[in-house]
Amino acid sequence: MGRYVVRRLLQMIPVFVGATLLIFLMVNVMGDPIAGLCGERQCDPSTAAQLEKEFGLDKPVWQQYLTYMGNVFTGDFGTAFNGQEVTELMATAFPVTIRLTIVAILFEIVIGITLGVITGLRRGRPVDTSVLMFTLVVISVPTFVTGLLLQLLLGVEWGWIKPSVSAEATFGELIVPGLVLASVSLAYVTRLTRTSIAENKRSDYVRTAVAKGLPRRRVITRHLLRNSLIPVVTFIGTDIGALMGGAIVTERIFNIHGVGYQLYQGILRQNTQTVVGFVTVLVLVFLVANLIVDLLYAVLDPRIRYA
Amino acid sequence: MRGATHARWAACAAAAALAATACGGGDSDTGGSGDTGAVLSSSWGDPQNPLEPANTNEVQGGKVLDMIFRSLKKYDPETGKAEDMLAEKIDTSDSQNFTVTIKDGWTFSNGEKVTAKSFVDAWNYGASLKNNQKNAYFFGYIEGYDKTHPAKGKQSADTLSGLKVVDDRTFTVKLSQKFSTFPDTLGYPAFAPLPRAFFDDHDAWVKKPVGNGPYTVDSYTKGSQMSLRAWDGYPGPDKAQNGGVDLKVYTDNNTAYTDLMAGNLDLVDDVPAAQLKNVKSDLGDRYINTPAGIIQTLSFPFYDEAWNKAGTEKVRTGLSRAINREQITETIFQKTRTPATDWTSPVLGEDGGFKEGLCGDACEYDADAAKKLIKEGGGLPGGQVKITYNTDTGSHREWVDAVCNSINNALDNDKACVGNPIGTFADFRNQITDEKMPGPFRAGWQMDYPLIQNFLQPLYYTNASSNDGKWTNKEFDQLVDEANAETDTATAVEKFQQAEEVLRDDMGAIPLWYQNGSAGYSDRLSNVKLNPFSVPVYNEIKVG
Repeated sequence: MGRYVVRRLLQMIPVFVGATLLIFLMVNVMGDPIAGLCGERQCDPSTAAQLEKEFGLDKPVWQQYLTYMGNVFTGDFGTAFNGQEVTELMATAFPVTIRLTIVAILFEIVIGITLGVITGLRRGRPVDTSVLMFTLVVISVPTFVTGLLLQLLLGVEWGWIKPSVSAEATFGELIVPGLVLASVSLAYVTRLTRTSIAENKRSDYVRTAVAKGLPRRRVITRHLLRNSLIPVVTFIGTDIGALMGGAIVTERIFNIHGVGYQLYQGILRQNTQTVVGFVTVLVLVFLVANLIVDLLYAVLDPRIRYA
Repeated sequence: MRGATHARWAACAAAAALAATACGGGDSDTGGSGDTGAVLSSSWGDPQNPLEPANTNEVQGGKVLDMIFRSLKKYDPETGKAEDMLAEKIDTSDSQNFTVTIKDGWTFSNGEKVTAKSFVDAWNYGASLKNNQKNAYFFGYIEGYDKTHPAKGKQSADTLSGLKVVDDRTFTVKLSQKFSTFPDTLGYPAFAPLPRAFFDDHDAWVKKPVGNGPYTVDSYTKGSQMSLRAWDGYPGPDKAQNGGVDLKVYTDNNTAYTDLMAGNLDLVDDVPAAQLKNVKSDLGDRYINTPAGIIQTLSFPFYDEAWNKAGTEKVRTGLSRAINREQITETIFQKTRTPATDWTSPVLGEDGGFKEGLCGDACEYDADAAKKLIKEGGGLPGGQVKITYNTDTGSHREWVDAVCNSINNALDNDKACVGNPIGTFADFRNQITDEKMPGPFRAGWQMDYPLIQNFLQPLYYTNASSNDGKWTNKEFDQLVDEANAETDTATAVEKFQQAEEVLRDDMGAIPLWYQNGSAGYSDRLSNVKLNPFSVPVYNEIKVG
């Protein structure tokens, strides 16, 4: 187990270097970011040269990358064009997005798995059919439609919530955005759980458990659900990374100043430092989440061993 | 209106918590119907650059500077005329040497006196190359600028030789050329005075700017919100009529609009294009749509031989006549743009140099004339025009497509015009700077100060800072020089208009439309206006 973890951690290094290099090159290909800083006019050449020097843009790309990586290892992610440290931006953006992701994941787990279990156990019944229909609708409607619709109904028409999230972005305010963000994944989780449960319901160990006379509740939670969760956990694990990076649309609709917002602005302003910094951290989150998922398999199914 | 009451409660709570001001009309000496203690909330965008006066060149940062700074002059929010603010008088006998006297009694909100030195230090800072100030070129007319801000290499001086402090309230300015309307440019935020705190502890100042305007910065969370509060000790005549303003950053102006509808926000100064159709029914008379000093044009790549040959002026005029401005401004912009008939802006007023119809026939839609002109000029270069624009800001795609449709219809040729989209504004600017435009390209100009000079010289003078198309014309340059040397404003304006006619005859850029500023506000507010820079006049807004 220990060796497995070490090996996995070592494997992360090339993935990490490759991912950051790719992002770095992509942002650089977009051209000179200084040109966008002076409004609808040309920056005067001497100021532009001075700025390039300050941001290190006058050096060749490989050298910029090496300097950047060197700095990253000392915890310095550079400075954004508005004079703020990227680490400072991260310190304000990540807590917000993490809260949003937690809310979304909770929705996925609580609603998704519950619905999945109910439908899996009652296959072909009206409950099953209607939930299936419902998930189909949720999956096929794009997030921004659900988001704008809920915002308009709950925020403007009925006045239950504020249409936008304040700068503090407390858990309470993030419930609706979190639901919107989770909606599609939630539908997938429901369907995955349902199939898995339905399949395992007929398996030998469930029949044995029932034959032993175990209470129905225990059969379902300890025997049936635990074994059926493996594909669901895989999905949710990879979804953490996707939710954090992919919240751009939801964050825009509800005016949440999280990672998606910073990334969007960084891309528009061609701010290499911001974009590479945030993506680097997202890559790390993704890798770690994947590792945790793999380790969880062993917890769920004792037959799985790592060597 | 449950939404609205909700907002009022929230705003009162915020005001009580943050500024400990009375809410619900506790002040007994309130003039008129407004509650001078109440705070309003307004939409904002994250400023692109640090909030230094000489480094802020876009509206969002400009909004803040407008609230926390007052310069020598201030542009009247309605007429756009430059009027004395901190300046007692600005004297000159030769349009080149100016003596500035500052009014007594002005201080910064931290108590420091505003002196001649506050101005001179600030201007020297702005003009110094090592400070990376993006508005440095504003000081370009002052003598010594070539030393503090050389086009190449290191600066050889830290201060402008043309600026001299005489005493506490007087300083002199020597320009490197005659520029009669120089005093009128001094209302631009770049010319604001700066307190010692700016130089002594710069980082702290940028985190929480201190100025001499009617508002002070109460708290500033970069990227999300700034709370400004009325400064009780403000010595100027334009005291804030409300308790303060909370600027909230919105990533998407649609969300801001939704928040306004829900009573969660008081003022939106950028109504999204998609909502223009509903705005009248949503807001009624709480929607304002007034001219701003912004003109949109199409520039041409004059560095490209194909557009610079003799006779191509006919092609350019032909293209201008193939654009149905009336129809496009009505259907695409819902009348938030006005078809342009000259190269300036209506906010200048007739005395200021705006001349309706100066463009004449050349800007009137006439398909037959367009066809004829383009044929006479030798046809479209390469058989097709590509209009280049950026897609990330300001819904440009819609109007470029409409302009192309209009040209195609007028010329009876489906392939006469196509759009050439570029992903980001930065990349768009890059390609312009690198002179890589394959044909006409979008050019927008927001004035720095309401003078006709600002609509012509930076854009069309040979090698001027924003002459992106590299149009050049000796006669035009000559007329601009003469106009700048002229001490009589009326004569100067006339000279500028003559220069504009030269521009028209060569069609150096096609004027498209004048842009309006638009804003919507909640029923808590009254007396909301936009100034000619399309920034809300915050200090005059009444709440309650």
